[in-house]
Amino acid sequence: MSEISRADVEHLATLAHIAMTDAELEKMTSELAVIVDSVKRVQEAAGADVPATSHPLPLTNVFRDDVVGHAFTAEEALANAPEAEDSRFKVPAILNEDDDAVTANTPQEGGAR
Amino acid sequence: MAPTPDSLIRLTAAQMSAKLRTGEITSVELTQAHLDRIGAVDETINAFIHVSGDEALQTAAAVDASRAAGGAEAEQLHPLAGVPIAIKDLIVTKGQPTTAGSKMLQGWMSPYDATVVEKIRTARMPILGKTNLDEFAMGSSTEHSAYGPTRNPWDITRIPGGSGGGSAAAVAAFEAPLALGTDTGGSIRQPGAVTGTVGTKPTYGGVSRYGAIAMASSLDQIGPVARTVEDAALLHDLIAGHDEKDSTSLAEAEYPEGRIPSFAEAATTKNVAGLRIGVIKQLQGSGYQAGVLSRFQEALDQLRDNGAEIVEVDCPSFDYALGAYYLIMPSEASSNLARYDGVRYGTRVLPESGPMTIERVMGATRAAGFGDEVKRRIILGTYALSAGYYDAYYGSAQKIRTLIQRDFEAAFERADVLVSPTSPTVAFPLEDKLDDPLAMYLNDVATIPANLAGIPGISVPGGLSEGLPVGIQFLAPAKEDARVYRAAAALERLLNDNDEPPLWAQVPALEEVTR
Repeated sequence: MSEISRADVEHLATLAHIAMTDAELEKMTSELAVIVDSVKRVQEAAGADVPATSHPLPLTNVFRDDVVGHAFTAEEALANAPEAEDSRFKVPAILNEDDDAVTANTPQEGGAR
Repeated sequence: MAPTPDSLIRLTAAQMSAKLRTGEITSVELTQAHLDRIGAVDETINAFIHVSGDEALQTAAAVDASRAAGGAEAEQLHPLAGVPIAIKDLIVTKGQPTTAGSKMLQGWMSPYDATVVEKIRTARMPILGKTNLDEFAMGSSTEHSAYGPTRNPWDITRIPGGSGGGSAAAVAAFEAPLALGTDTGGSIRQPGAVTGTVGTKPTYGGVSRYGAIAMASSLDQIGPVARTVEDAALLHDLIAGHDEKDSTSLAEAEYPEGRIPSFAEAATTKNVAGLRIGVIKQLQGSGYQAGVLSRFQEALDQLRDNGAEIVEVDCPSFDYALGAYYLIMPSEASSNLARYDGVRYGTRVLPESGPMTIERVMGATRAAGFGDEVKRRIILGTYALSAGYYDAYYGSAQKIRTLIQRDFEAAFERADVLVSPTSPTVAFPLEDKLDDPLAMYLNDVATIPANLAGIPGISVPGGLSEGLPVGIQFLAPAKEDARVYRAAAALERLLNDNDEPPLWAQVPALEEVTR
């Protein structure tokens, strides 16, 4: 049997920022149990001496000079924003408990306020 | 006699290119013929999420004008200039919406072009539109799209494969001669197999991924979709190469002989005499349909009869590939998809009640914006990466990746290319596996080892079983993509060496709607 409980899935959903109803949690728990049972065999295949591979190519860091290149204008950057105000992204409250929306800090040229 | 639109859309991309160059046809005629075809059949097929007729015709008219001007302007045109193309809607395009098949990005307009799209614009290929896919490329049937399933032109009650079912179906149904796809675990090759088309997953890093919406970054790769091996190679030649915007893209110097070979040229070398072809023991037998295995055996017989040396290779760790893939891919996806938080772009959904904090807005946004399969993979990935399970799951899966690479290395000492069926089954009926994630995942069993190892693979039509296409997959060592084109082109020629039209031309007529 799988070690995944409904409480585990609820915790994972919180970590992943996905709100789930009771019915969704039930369904996800049983689906995940089946999937995890089928993939857990991977533990038996490789011994301790086998190195892990995280990437198909040997990667090296790539550097370039830190110069100003093409950047989006505030207008372009905000074109897809769900809400914007005064050249900034507008988001719901982060710290305060009341229901008022506040404007988050966004990097932009000149601070046009 | 001027070709009728129907004969225009049934040409190969190479033939279109030749006829454009001689002036026998214009790009506007060719592009309009495809737009007419899309208008007539796409209500049934649903290969396109967005059609960009005006933009495509503008590009076509400009190419025709350059050609008519003659001189240097005409001579400098890319061979594929004026040949239309469709783009998988996971690849971002400026001026056309990009949805990734998700409600999360409904209405989103990318402020930039993917590098492959830039290359297509520079070559002046008219972009017909954006093709359907499983949401964020997660699926094997294109049923997990927020914009409805795509139907297989061979049988519209069946799936076109996935995630790139839209690109494959568009090409199979003559809605486009060429398309771009992305392949993380088989999303170009498996749709190619079940729609009777050709699809290549290039070597990891062979084509820039800048502007491909990330699913699993160590596995994702953009590649060509076409009806013939030569056409796929022509498109591959255009999109290959290093890109400073993708640090994982390969430099020319990293290829054998210090340059990227012409894949189109490789696709014309159709001789298999002396080619050592390794049959992967683990990718056949139980789980594979009898009809698929029959076509596979016939393909091997043809290759052997024409001078190829067929050997069996043993890749024991492949038995664990599916498990490793379904841990690594969701782990990377859960991280990549964390960016969809409803703050800077994309959908934002407010909770119906309770305090309106950003945490709760994110929860409601992701609950409403993501579909079931995406949620499943995010939760699975979050689990595999969580404290206490990381070593057992993600860590073990990464070790299997090493073992799979070793199996490939050993196999390629005995063979120049490896071969297997691309998919264990022909196209299955819509909704058949929608409620059984594990059964759906098994579609990828033959394609995922190549992604885990970063090597190139191609799917080429291998005939029909019960009236439905069967795909044959060739694999080669990293940076040896030319070898898969050689082997696939040879098999394509051998299987079409008869009086019948090629397989792709045998697709049943679709009922056309006049609007």
